[in-house]
Amino acid sequence: MEEAGRFGQFLADLARAVPEVSTWRKQALVQMRRIGVDSLPVALFIAAFTGVVIAIQASYTFRGTVPLYVVGTATGKSMMLEFGPVLTGLALAGRVGASLAAELGTMRVTEQVDALETLAYDPQAYLVVPRVLAGTIMVPLVVALGIVTGIVTGWLTSLILLDLSTAEFVKGLKLLYQFKDTWFGLLKSASFGFTITLVGCVVGLSTWGGAEGVGRSTTRAVVISAMLILVLDAFWAVVLL
Amino acid sequence: MIEFRGLRKAFNGRVVLDGFTLDVLDGETMVVIGFSGAGKSVALKHVVGLLHPDAGDVIVDGRPVSELDRPALTALRHDIGYVFQFAALFDSMTVAENVALGLVRRGLGEEVIAERVAEALALVDLTGTDTKLPAELSGGMRKRVGIARAIALKPRYILYDEPTTGLDPVTSAVMDRLMVRTREHLGVTGVVVTHDMRSAYTVGDRIAMLYEGRVRAVGTVDQIRHSNDPVVRQFIEGRPE
Repeated sequence: MEEAGRFGQFLADLARAVPEVSTWRKQALVQMRRIGVDSLPVALFIAAFTGVVIAIQASYTFRGTVPLYVVGTATGKSMMLEFGPVLTGLALAGRVGASLAAELGTMRVTEQVDALETLAYDPQAYLVVPRVLAGTIMVPLVVALGIVTGIVTGWLTSLILLDLSTAEFVKGLKLLYQFKDTWFGLLKSASFGFTITLVGCVVGLSTWGGAEGVGRSTTRAVVISAMLILVLDAFWAVVLL
Repeated sequence: MIEFRGLRKAFNGRVVLDGFTLDVLDGETMVVIGFSGAGKSVALKHVVGLLHPDAGDVIVDGRPVSELDRPALTALRHDIGYVFQFAALFDSMTVAENVALGLVRRGLGEEVIAERVAEALALVDLTGTDTKLPAELSGGMRKRVGIARAIALKPRYILYDEPTTGLDPVTSAVMDRLMVRTREHLGVTGVVVTHDMRSAYTVGDRIAMLYEGRVRAVGTVDQIRHSNDPVVRQFIEGRPE
């Protein structure tokens, strides 16, 4: 109950800090690079191999029963609706969530957060708003690039290993496509980005107990973010599909 | 003037401050001494609203700190420089950026900021270290940057939390000289929390001893030096019993 109250207060402070644009504007750009651009290699690596595996598994499942161009359908749908957002989200829960919790946790235990306050900065406006904003904006962009990468590697796999032509793959890709597939995946990704960065900040700023405390917070942030991503994944499926 | 009025603070049921009352007069340097864990730093943090009292309050220039809303607390913090025990410098920023951070918040122009940073670093004998990162500095230098960050703001008050802890005797003497120089140059009112008696005698106009959550003795340096109070004598002579 007390935890819930503290979290509610944290959210209220966050909302109050959003109008302080001059405090967080510059930091937001820095965080967009760190959370978004710097996450691209790991996200694209995961997406590339996911695309390969989906294409091969779809071919294995459908061969001899339905036309093989559905490999394109399976690759596109799976990457857009599920694997793109969720696998990237889980990877970023590890990379970004851990990094934020460790960074803010260290700042907390070394009194850097207190120092910010004594210099008349609001830690919510200076530290939390730019990170949460950057996560909410950049994670969908990273996921979008991941989806494209996965589809491209799925297509290349189909061409090279499955004897499928480009025309067949594209036919399958278009077969059951709806615009909702795109915005659903990106909306879900935005909620993952918001959650990963918010959890990283909340856990990081509540760190206590020196280096051991920072380690504890880092693990907590990753575990909580990963669990919430899976819960949110189910939530969006129930609500929007 | 800073007035501690019946300040009470407990953590997890352990009472740290229990009716702490003390006046710090304009222009003086008040040194607060006491055993480790006596609550000296806790008292200091109440002055800038980093901690909220369970009872009592700190009144700065007639403003009760615990009752201030966010804008009023920000205005109060503009008047106070805070030097942290372990400097609390921002790891990712250079020395100059650390010193400039509080000035940026005050909305000063770039030229004024550069001038103030150079002036503050000169006052602590660190001219030429502008581009260094905190990790490249010794413990003593980091503490001096912490002082530079505080004095660059030209505050009315400076609060020093254990400024000589962990330093060798010569570097401690340098810190003492800096604190005296700061008072002479800027005419600021200071509160120094320490258990280093040599430092207390050098920088203090008056000394207060905090014991069991409240002031045990307060007086000029000579009065404390010649106090007959057994607890004060034990502390200043460093006797185990």
